[in-house]
Amino acid sequence: MIPEKLTGRRIAITGSTGFLGTALVERLLRCAPDCELVLVVRPGRRGADRRVERDILRNDAFERLRADLGSEAFAQMANRRITAVAGDVTVDGLGLDEEGRAALASCDLVIHSAAAVSFDSPLDQAVEVNLLGPVRIVQTLAELGVAPHLVAVSTCYVAGSRRGAAPEESVDASPFFVDVDWRTEVDSARRIRNETETDSRTPERLQDFREQAHGELGAAGTPSLAAKTEQLRSRWVDDRMAEAGVARASSLGFPDAYAYTKALGEIASAEVAGNVPISVVRPAIIESALADPSPGWIRGFRMAEPVIISYARGLLKEFPGVPEGTIDVIPVDFVVAAICAVAARGPLGPDDGDDIVQVASGSVNPLRYGHLVDMVREWFTEHPIYDDIGQPIPVPEWSFPGRGRVKKQLERAGTALDRAQKVFDVLPVRGRQAEAGARLEERRELVRRAEGYVDLYGAYAECEAVYGLDNLLGLWDSLDDADRQSFCFDPRVIDWDHYAPEVHLPSVVRAGRVPMKPPARGGESRSARLRRQILAPERQLVAFDLENTLIASNVVASYAWLGSHRLRGRDRARFVAGLVAEIPTLLSLDRKDRSDFLRHFYRRYEGAPVDQIAVDSLEKFSELILAKSFPTGIRRVREHRNLGHHTVLITGALNFVVEPFRPLFDDIVSAELGVVDGTYNGRLTTVPPTGEARYQALLDHAAARDLDLRESVAYADSASDLPMLEAVGFPVAVNPETRLAGIARKRGWLVEDFRKSPGMRRNLLPLAPAGRAGR
Amino acid sequence: MSNGRHLAPRPGFVLDVDRNSPPIVFHHGEGFRMEKLPAGRSRVIYPAEPLEGLADPDGAIRHALDNPIGDSEPLRALLHAGMKLTVAFDDISLPLPPMRRPDIRQRVIEAVLDLAAEAGVDDVHLIAALAIHRRMTEDELRHAVGDRVYDAFAPDGRLYNHDAEDPDGMVVLGETPHGEDVQFSRRAAESDLVVYVNINLVAMDGGHKSTATGLSGYTGLRHHHNVHTMQSSRSFMDQESSALHASNWRMGKVIRDAGVKIFQIETTVNNDTFGREGPLALLQKREWEWSTRDRMQFLAMKAGLDVMPSSAKRKVFSSWQAPYALTSVQAGEVEAVHEVTTANVYRQHLVPVEGQTDVLTMGLPYICPYNVNSIMNPILVMCLGLGYFFNLYRGRPLVREGGVLIMSHPTAWEFHPVHHPSYIDFFEQVLADTTDPVEIERKYEKQFAEDEWYIHLYRNSYAYHGVHPFYMWYWGSHALQHLGRVVVVGGDPAAVRRMGFQPASTLQDALEMASDVVGPQPTVTHIKNPPILMADVS
Repeated sequence: MIPEKLTGRRIAITGSTGFLGTALVERLLRCAPDCELVLVVRPGRRGADRRVERDILRNDAFERLRADLGSEAFAQMANRRITAVAGDVTVDGLGLDEEGRAALASCDLVIHSAAAVSFDSPLDQAVEVNLLGPVRIVQTLAELGVAPHLVAVSTCYVAGSRRGAAPEESVDASPFFVDVDWRTEVDSARRIRNETETDSRTPERLQDFREQAHGELGAAGTPSLAAKTEQLRSRWVDDRMAEAGVARASSLGFPDAYAYTKALGEIASAEVAGNVPISVVRPAIIESALADPSPGWIRGFRMAEPVIISYARGLLKEFPGVPEGTIDVIPVDFVVAAICAVAARGPLGPDDGDDIVQVASGSVNPLRYGHLVDMVREWFTEHPIYDDIGQPIPVPEWSFPGRGRVKKQLERAGTALDRAQKVFDVLPVRGRQAEAGARLEERRELVRRAEGYVDLYGAYAECEAVYGLDNLLGLWDSLDDADRQSFCFDPRVIDWDHYAPEVHLPSVVRAGRVPMKPPARGGESRSARLRRQILAPERQLVAFDLENTLIASNVVASYAWLGSHRLRGRDRARFVAGLVAEIPTLLSLDRKDRSDFLRHFYRRYEGAPVDQIAVDSLEKFSELILAKSFPTGIRRVREHRNLGHHTVLITGALNFVVEPFRPLFDDIVSAELGVVDGTYNGRLTTVPPTGEARYQALLDHAAARDLDLRESVAYADSASDLPMLEAVGFPVAVNPETRLAGIARKRGWLVEDFRKSPGMRRNLLPLAPAGRAGR
Repeated sequence: MSNGRHLAPRPGFVLDVDRNSPPIVFHHGEGFRMEKLPAGRSRVIYPAEPLEGLADPDGAIRHALDNPIGDSEPLRALLHAGMKLTVAFDDISLPLPPMRRPDIRQRVIEAVLDLAAEAGVDDVHLIAALAIHRRMTEDELRHAVGDRVYDAFAPDGRLYNHDAEDPDGMVVLGETPHGEDVQFSRRAAESDLVVYVNINLVAMDGGHKSTATGLSGYTGLRHHHNVHTMQSSRSFMDQESSALHASNWRMGKVIRDAGVKIFQIETTVNNDTFGREGPLALLQKREWEWSTRDRMQFLAMKAGLDVMPSSAKRKVFSSWQAPYALTSVQAGEVEAVHEVTTANVYRQHLVPVEGQTDVLTMGLPYICPYNVNSIMNPILVMCLGLGYFFNLYRGRPLVREGGVLIMSHPTAWEFHPVHHPSYIDFFEQVLADTTDPVEIERKYEKQFAEDEWYIHLYRNSYAYHGVHPFYMWYWGSHALQHLGRVVVVGGDPAAVRRMGFQPASTLQDALEMASDVVGPQPTVTHIKNPPILMADVS
C-alpha cells in the first residue's frame, strides 16, 4: 500500500546528499514510482542541479535502478521526477528563491533529514542545523501558508545518557529531561561563537598562530604564512566551539552536541509547529544497508567505521565499553523504510499519542558489545589489514576496559610521540630520515583521532538505554505483505552473525580503502605511478629548485669556496674564522626570512671583480657543485627535457654561480648582483626568487610561455617552497626536510630521494683546495 | 739475493701450483685477497722483474732527438725561427699509477723546448692529447710537464687540454680508403711540426694511435672505437692482429699525406710499479720469497685497509706514485720508432705461456687508465678486466673459448659525479636495458655522443665525454664474445648483476660456479698483473 499512498505526492527532502538522504531518494525513486521529489540542497559553487547530479545520482546507490532501467531511461525518469532547489536549513527562510519557495509550497510532504551528524561539530553549527533547522522549515511552511506533513529525522539519543527504558515519547515528557529554554541555548551558542572569534583575534593569540604557522611551514613567505595563520585561527575557533558543545551537552545529560541539539530541535519545532503536523523518526546508530539498495551499501566514513579500522590497524588496542552492553545499530535501509511507512501513513491524530517512531534494534534484537567485538576480531583475523611493508597486522585482544584507562593509555602514547616529533622537528634531517619523521607525525595523528573516538563514541558504547519500539512495531503490523517485502524495517529479522561479518565489515574496509592484500609483487608502486605521470609527455613546465634538490650545497658554501679560492695562509685562516663566527647569525636569519638572508649574505660579494668570479665560478662548478650534485636529479632534468617539457631552474643562488648549469635547462631564473666598474656592488638587482617570489617567478614564467601550471611539475626540498609546489599539478618533494615530508605524505605527493654519488669524500667547510691557484 | 736481482732481473715465469704453493695475493680494488688456488691444475703467471732503467735519462733523450730513427732528420734540423710548433703529449691515463717527479714527459718536453728555444721558435703550443678523456687539472698538468714549463706556457694559454668538441678547433683532414674520417686538432694540423711525447706503458699505446686518436674527436674515433673493430682485434694489445691499430695506421697515412709533419718521441718504462722498497714492495715479490717481515707487514696493511672507509682507502692508494725508470727512448718517424718501442715493451712484459686454460682468474687493482684521482666505477671494472687484462695476450687468449673469467674487485656502485657523469646514466639507463655491446652501440651511442650537457661538461668541467662509457663497454666486447661466463668475487652483487655478470663471495664459490660452465676439475690460470705482464700464448 505504501507506493500507492505515495502516488501523486510531491515530496520535499532536505539532507538528500547525506547517507540516509541518498538512500531515501533511491528508495522513493525505485519503490514509489509515482511520486515526485523536490530536493533542497546547498547549491555550492556548482548549483543545485549539478549537485543533485554529481553528489546524489552518481552515487553507487543508484546502480541498481540504473541497471534495471537502462542509463537513458534512468536519466529521463530522474529528470522528470526530481526538482532540484537551492536551499540551506541554516538560513532563515531556508535561503529559497521565488522558484524554490513555489516548489516547496507545492509539496504535500516534507522529509527533513539534514543534520550535522558529526559528533564533534562546533556547538553553534550543530545548533544552527539540528536545532534551528526544523524550526526554520516549519516557519517557512507557515510563511508560505501551507501545512504539509513534516517527517523530521531525529535520533534515539535525544533520550540522553540514561540506563533502562527510553520509550517513544516527546523529549520533555521524560522525567530525566532538564528543562532549558531552547531560545536561550541558541543565543548563548551564538554568543560563545562571537566571544571565541574575538578571543582568537587578540594579539597574543594571533602571535601564537603565526608562530605555529612558521613552525609548520618555515620561511615560506608572507602570503603562505598568512593563509596558514588564518587557517590555524579558524581551526582553533572550531575546536573551542566543539569543546563548548561537548561541555554543554554533558552538563545536560547528553552524550554529545548532536544528541543535545537534536533533542532541543524536537522541542522547538513542536513549539512552533502551528498547524504543520510533525512526525518524528528517531533512528539509533545507522550503519550499512542490509539489503537495499545493495547489501553493505554505505556512504561516507561513518561513526563506527573509524573505530573498527583503527582497531584492525592495531592502533586502538582497547576501546571502552561493557561486553554485555548493547550497541544499538540499525541498517540504513530499515530507517529509510520506516520513514517511507510513516510518510505513507500520514500524521497521527491529536489523540493518538506522540507522533514518534524509534528505529532501533536494542530492545527486540540486541547486538551485544562483546559479541560484536568477537565478530570483528574473528573477521580481521581471517582478513587482516596489511601495513606499509606488506605485513598483515594482528588484531589485539580486547579487554573491555573503562574509559579512563583507555584514555590514559592513549595519552601516554600521544605524549611519547609528541616528544619524538619535537626531536625530529629540530633535527636537520632530510630525505629518508625526514620521512620517518613524517610517519611519526602520521601515527601521532592516528592516536589523536583514536583519542577523539574514545571521547566521542565511548559514551555510545557505554550507553545502556533501551529504546522502546512500540510505535515502530505497531506500524510494522499495519503493513501488508507487499510492503513488508519492499519496505522492511522489522529489526527482529536482522541476523547479526550474518550482518556483521558478511555485510558490514567488508563494506567498512571497502569504504575505508584499507589494504586487504599484501602489495602485489611486480605491480606498479604508488611512487612508480606518480613518477610515470610526472614523466608523461603532456606535462608542460617543469621547475626545479637547486639547493638540496639537485645539489647538496648552498649559497654559503659557494661563497666560502669563491672567497677562499685565492686566499693563502693567514688570510685564509682569517676568512674561515670570520665565516664560522657568523654561522649562528646566518642560520637564524635564514630561518626567519630567506630573501632577507640572501640580501644580507650577498653583501659580502661587494667589490668582487666580475672577471675573476666568472673564471673561478667555472672551477667551483666542477669542484663544489658537480661533486655535490645528485646524479639522479640531473638525469631527471634531462629526462624532462627529452620529453619536450620546458625546464626551468628557479633559485636564490647567484647567476654566476649557476651559469654553468645553463645548458642543462631551457631557462634559469636566479638572483643577480649589481655591477659597478667591473666589480659587484653586493646589492641584488631584483627580489631573489625564494618563497613566494619563487612562486611568482613560476607564474610569470608560465604566463609568458602560455604554459598550464596544472599540467606542470615542480621539484623542491623545503616547506618554504610550498607556494611553488602548491601552484603546480604535480609537485615533487625532493629529500624533504621533516615539515615538507609530513605535508607531502599527507597530500600524496611524490617524494624523491636524490643522493650524492656515493664514495665521494665530504669536507665540513667547502673551501677551495689550498695552495693551488695563484702559485 | 736482492742484490742479485738488481744485477739481472728475472724474466716472468709460470708457476705450477702444488700442495706446497703459498696462497697468492690477488689485487682487490683498494685492498687485497689471499687466495689458495686448486693444486695440480692451477698455474700462476708472474710478471718479469723490473728491467734496469737508463743510467742517464736526460742524456738518452737528447741522444734520441739528435739521432732519429727511420726517415727523419734530427729534431734540431726541423726547428727554425718563425715556425709553428705544437708539442702534444700523453694525458693523465699514462703511466699507471702516475710516476714520481720528474715525469718522463717533463724531461722530454724540456729537452724539446730547449732545442726550440735554441732555434728561435716562438710560436709553441703544448697540448694534452686526451681525445675525449677528461681535461687534466692544473695539478695534473704541473705534474706531467713540470712547474717550469707550466708557468711559462699555461698562463698565456699556450699549454692546454685538447678540446675535441671545439667547433673551431677541429678539422677533418680527409678519409681513409676504408671511408674513415680523419679528424684532427686544427692547431696541430696547421703547425709546421708536431712533436709527440709518448709514454708507452702497454703494447697498445703509441705509434699512429698517439696522434690519430689522441688529437682526434668523436667524428674520427667512432671508426675504430666500435664493437666491430674490438671484436676483430685479437688482441688490441698486439698491433699485428689489431683492427684498432690497422685503422689508426690508415689514419696516420692520411695525416701524413695531408702534410702534417710528426716527430714522434716514444719512451718505455720498466715494471717498477710498486717500488723495490716501501709499503707496496711486496706486491712485486713472489709469495714464497716473502720474509717474515713481509708477511707481518702485509697482514697489518690488509687489516688496516679492511676497516678504512672507501674514500679514505682511495686517498691512500691514489697518493701512490710509481718509481718507474725509463728503459728506452726513441724518436723520429712514427712507424720506425714504434717498432723499436714495441720491442722494448715486449722485453719487459712478454711471458711465454703454454696452452689455454678453462678458467682465468685475475685480481683487479685500484686503478685503470680512466680513474686516476677518481673512482673506479663498475664500468671501469668491466673495462679493466675484460678489456685490458683479458687482451694482454699475443697469439691466443689465455682462456679457451667458452671458458670462464673470474675477477676479484669490490665493484662498488660508486661513480665520480664530476669525472664520469655519462657513466652514471650509462649504468642506470643503458645497462638496465641491455648489456649487449652491439645493441648498445646501435641504440644509444649517438644519443650520448651528441648530448649537449655531456659535451658542456667535457669542455668546461672535468668530465669524460658522453660517449666514453660506450668505448669502455666495447673494449670488453671481444671478451664478452669469447667467454662462457664472467664471475666477480667480492663485488657488490647488484652492480655485478647489472653488468650481466655473476657475483660470488669467495673464490671457491666462483670456481664452483665456473665448473657449471666448463665442467668439473677445470684448469685454472691466474694472471698476476700488475706489475704488467703480457702472455705470449702458444
